[in-house]
Amino acid sequence: MGLKRKILELHKKREEVLKGGGDKAIEKQTAMGKMTARERIISLCDPDSFHEYDLFVEHEARDFDMDKKILHGDGVIIGTGTIYGAPVCIFAQDFTVAGGSLGMMHARKITKIMDHALKMKVPLIGINDSGGARIQEGVNSLAGYGEIFFRNTLSSGVIPQISVILGPCAGGAVYSPALTDFVFVVDKISKMFITGPEVIRTVLGEEISMEDLGGARVHSEITGNAHFFAKSEAECFEQIKKLITFIPMNNIRKALKFEPKEPKPEYRISEIVPGDPRQPYDVRDVIKAIADDSDFFEIQELWASNIVIGFGRMNGDTIGFVANQPLVLAGVLDVDSSDKAARFIRYCDAFNIPIITLVDLPGYLPGVDQEHAGVIRHGAKVLYAYSEATVAKMTVIIRKAYGGGYIAMSSRHLRADFVFAWPTAEIAVMGPEGAANIIFRKDIMEAKDPDKMRKQKVKEYKEKFANPYVAAARGYVDSVIEPEETRNLLLHAIEVSGSKSVFLPQKKHGIPPF
Amino acid sequence: MNKIDCDKKKIRCRSLVIDGTKYRTTLNKKFEKRQPWSKPEKNKVKSFIPGTILKLYVKEGQCVKKGDNLLILEAMKMQNLIKSPLEGIIKSINMKEGEKVPKGKLMIEIGFA
Repeated sequence: MGLKRKILELHKKREEVLKGGGDKAIEKQTAMGKMTARERIISLCDPDSFHEYDLFVEHEARDFDMDKKILHGDGVIIGTGTIYGAPVCIFAQDFTVAGGSLGMMHARKITKIMDHALKMKVPLIGINDSGGARIQEGVNSLAGYGEIFFRNTLSSGVIPQISVILGPCAGGAVYSPALTDFVFVVDKISKMFITGPEVIRTVLGEEISMEDLGGARVHSEITGNAHFFAKSEAECFEQIKKLITFIPMNNIRKALKFEPKEPKPEYRISEIVPGDPRQPYDVRDVIKAIADDSDFFEIQELWASNIVIGFGRMNGDTIGFVANQPLVLAGVLDVDSSDKAARFIRYCDAFNIPIITLVDLPGYLPGVDQEHAGVIRHGAKVLYAYSEATVAKMTVIIRKAYGGGYIAMSSRHLRADFVFAWPTAEIAVMGPEGAANIIFRKDIMEAKDPDKMRKQKVKEYKEKFANPYVAAARGYVDSVIEPEETRNLLLHAIEVSGSKSVFLPQKKHGIPPF
Repeated sequence: MNKIDCDKKKIRCRSLVIDGTKYRTTLNKKFEKRQPWSKPEKNKVKSFIPGTILKLYVKEGQCVKKGDNLLILEAMKMQNLIKSPLEGIIKSINMKEGEKVPKGKLMIEIGFA
């Protein structure tokens, strides 16, 4: 056989495998409103940048007549490519081949690309679209999942790990995305659950649809499992590409530097925040008044919206923003918002992204449900994450910083590097009303007109303590600043902390209140 | 971007009281759906897990001592023997053998003798 014939033979073999599960299966996939695995990779990567490996891998299952079945690529595509020039490792489950079910060789392909990503220190993107374990392969299938989870854990904090849910992702399979940094879901396409509606119906007699049990909305609004919600696959890929521009490719390199740009003039920082601490505003407008080009890329927008997290840039460099949101639940910390903030702080710290914290909260949410849901343990995560973080930490106290909430939100005491406060800041053990009621209880009770006395005492307390100057007098606040000065001071603070180095006590690892 | 005017932006602003101060803000679904807490009543035997009633050992009007067998609730392939938490008379039984019960269902109420 000549060289030409051998090359032709290769072309033929490739062509055969590239069909995946064949025309019928592809038709079915398209009818569900879904792209095929290869189309997805092409949409995500720079043109012609994707290179596939393990195209000719075949499964080894022999039981249940599996030896007679050919499963092209064993239902998964792996390879490397680039997004805006940045290298990435990708795997995409191919639902047209045996429902994207995970067998031993399928898992080996995934772990191969995961090992590659960790070794080369490039981001890993996993596109999930699978019916779950390949039952015919029994315990080998479970072993495959375990090997994936193990690698997710080892890679955590070393390389960014991104999960994209573009189909069903059920049973044990959901734990891989849960171990990764960012989970992307698409309305009506993504489904995630441990036990499906069928099992719930037969065991418990409860009727629920897949969508209501674990659809994209559920995970974006209720569970917090998903970080980004999109209406279509195309929108989802744009979100992933945008995220890639913000994050460093590993825990050693810095994120790409962009051309610095001033915030847009329509975000006038001194006009956003009402002076009355009881009135709401959208803290995202403040972030946009601070960040380069007013570009703020919000994470988990729909879940625990009483805290806002996301990426922006300052002087062209990526910054993590954490901000209380007075517009939702008065910006309180509660179980969910604590979890949301703490994990993001740890992400930023792991990848050396400086953190800017904007503070305006009345404290923790009161209620039996919160106490019984473990708000102590969850709230402690915020304290832990900020204390442990050694990246540059800049704090701006906009208005209220009361009690435990003040301490938790990147206070000086948790080693914030710079603490600025606006003149509207109220840094106190609690709000004036609550404090006056306790301190002056006797005076109020014994007064002829208790209501009048209470009002007078609240006023006295407000004048004396509801300001930034008591904290500034102790050096807990470095500088009381005008809102207009915020961006420039933050830019300066980031510049000054460019070479920050802090060493924590030597240990194997801490024990955060998981 | 100017100050938020709840009425103009059609944002449903509500009041939330924290430490005696009333804040204007919006509420989320989870907060609005929260259940008021009530003291658990020992004489009301509720299902702690959804499952199937495999066996019923008692009848209405029967006297029971603390620790007497009431029923077997099968859930997740495990047979859970439910015993009487106190001494009394079976006031009402709200399910039959073979019936599926959701979590938190009042299965048996025990009256005081």
